[in-house]
Amino acid sequence: MQKSLILSAAVAAVFAGGAHAEELTGTLKKINDTGIITVGHRESSIPFSYLDDKQKPVGYAMDLCHQVVAAVKKKLNKPSLVVKLVPVTSQTRIPLMVNGTIDMECGSTTNSKERQKQVGFSYSYYVTAVRMAAKASAGIKTLDDLNGKPVVTTTGTTSDRYIKQNEQGKAIDVKNVYGKDHAESFLMVDTGRAAAFVMDDILLASLIANSRNPKDFAIVGPALSVEPYGIMLRKDDPQFKKVADDTLAAIFKSGQINTIYNKWFMTPIPPKNININLPMSDKLKEAIKTPTDVGI
Amino acid sequence: MGQYQWNWGIILEEVYGTGEYYYQWLITGLGWTVATALSAWVIALILGSLIGTVRTMPNKWLAGLATAYVELFRNIPLIVQLFLWFFVLPEVLPEQMGTWMKQDMPMPEFITAVIGLGLFTSARVAEQVRTGIMALPRGQRYAGQALGFTLGQTYRYVLLPMAFRIVIPPLTSEFMNVFKNSAVALAIGVTELTFQMRQITGEYAPGNPIEVMTMVSVIYLIMAFSVNRLMAFIERRTQVPGYISGGSK
Repeated sequence: MQKSLILSAAVAAVFAGGAHAEELTGTLKKINDTGIITVGHRESSIPFSYLDDKQKPVGYAMDLCHQVVAAVKKKLNKPSLVVKLVPVTSQTRIPLMVNGTIDMECGSTTNSKERQKQVGFSYSYYVTAVRMAAKASAGIKTLDDLNGKPVVTTTGTTSDRYIKQNEQGKAIDVKNVYGKDHAESFLMVDTGRAAAFVMDDILLASLIANSRNPKDFAIVGPALSVEPYGIMLRKDDPQFKKVADDTLAAIFKSGQINTIYNKWFMTPIPPKNININLPMSDKLKEAIKTPTDVGI
Repeated sequence: MGQYQWNWGIILEEVYGTGEYYYQWLITGLGWTVATALSAWVIALILGSLIGTVRTMPNKWLAGLATAYVELFRNIPLIVQLFLWFFVLPEVLPEQMGTWMKQDMPMPEFITAVIGLGLFTSARVAEQVRTGIMALPRGQRYAGQALGFTLGQTYRYVLLPMAFRIVIPPLTSEFMNVFKNSAVALAIGVTELTFQMRQITGEYAPGNPIEVMTMVSVIYLIMAFSVNRLMAFIERRTQVPGYISGGSK
């Protein structure tokens, strides 16, 4: 007992004059030992995490993550901590997190109960609603208008599930078709192969903003599902999660979040200098007022 | 460090909120993969044999046309060809036909994939059939003609029966390739095996991607290996004693 007391005292002494009251565990310990923090980012999740014209990862989530990294530097008292950026995809992000390649993932990852079996999540920094994009001239207002029509979703997403659930008990029959990625799904609506594209509203808004004639398209219908995005972390790693959560909470409380939000959602952004022009939703305002890490 | 939570039973679980099971999705995907690959193979074998044969015919114009066909279809990446058939063709056709292709054609993804994959593979089969014919000693062609056979009869009774036997090994590879290449069909929305894998590992069961990917890989392996064994069986059954195509015993 006494031995371990002496030992921990010695350990505490080694660390910069007792800057940490607690012993480091999990990811923070790993970062402290190696002197490297590895951040996973996406390559085309506009405007959350994507490569700009200089192939540098930028975005709303990246801005927030840089502040978390700064907080880690401060907590470990290591201003020269090396930040390694690793690109991930929706298929690789969980295995790379679990096997220790990345320490945090900053992208557009839904905090779901299913994912929580493998990984952890910070407070939600964005809330998206699943809705439909259709040709403005097509006169589609609700799901009922889609009866008998082809509706496209992107492979690997769950949007078709929401259509199936909303079909139940109603006399509507929708034909599900699939695009390989969001750009292709949008092309299907553009060329008339599909009547509507069901997807997260933010992704629809940025696809429309980037199209040739943004006025030709409209985001319509009710929210089929509401999904929170969070920074993906390692599971059962309370010390590191606290750093991330405290950083986000501080950004939310100080109102700095509004500046960061406006920078990415309300003003022109690289690489094409297009303005997504999507005001903050009520759900997001709620999540900022009362930070939460509850998944769906 | 974190520990990956292995769960090989994932495919036996119900897909939340749908009343379906993951293994049913994989079986549906397997069905579309087999249907796409076999239909495309029928097109590839028929067209490929025809084009390959024409390339060896004495008529320069016909042979040149066949060569152009082969070069066109084997020099463009398969995924680009599928995009051209699916997205570009309906836009350049007269509007009525284009609209029909997009909205009224039955199973548009499947039919486009079968035709695209079939034509792509037919160019490769054509080259192999041509190789088989060219590998035969010139004397065989002369022998056929000396017997009074017409050009058609010479091909039908003398050249092609031996040429096909010679090219069974490369055709085996091509037959296996058509199964593996069918995965590209997910690019235009055919709900085949790789599509189902991406669907499950994307948002539906994102917690256990490694298990699902492994299982799908094993299914492809079994499919390709079955084709391999089938072709080996055909090769043994059709071999001519004492001739070069004795091949695998």
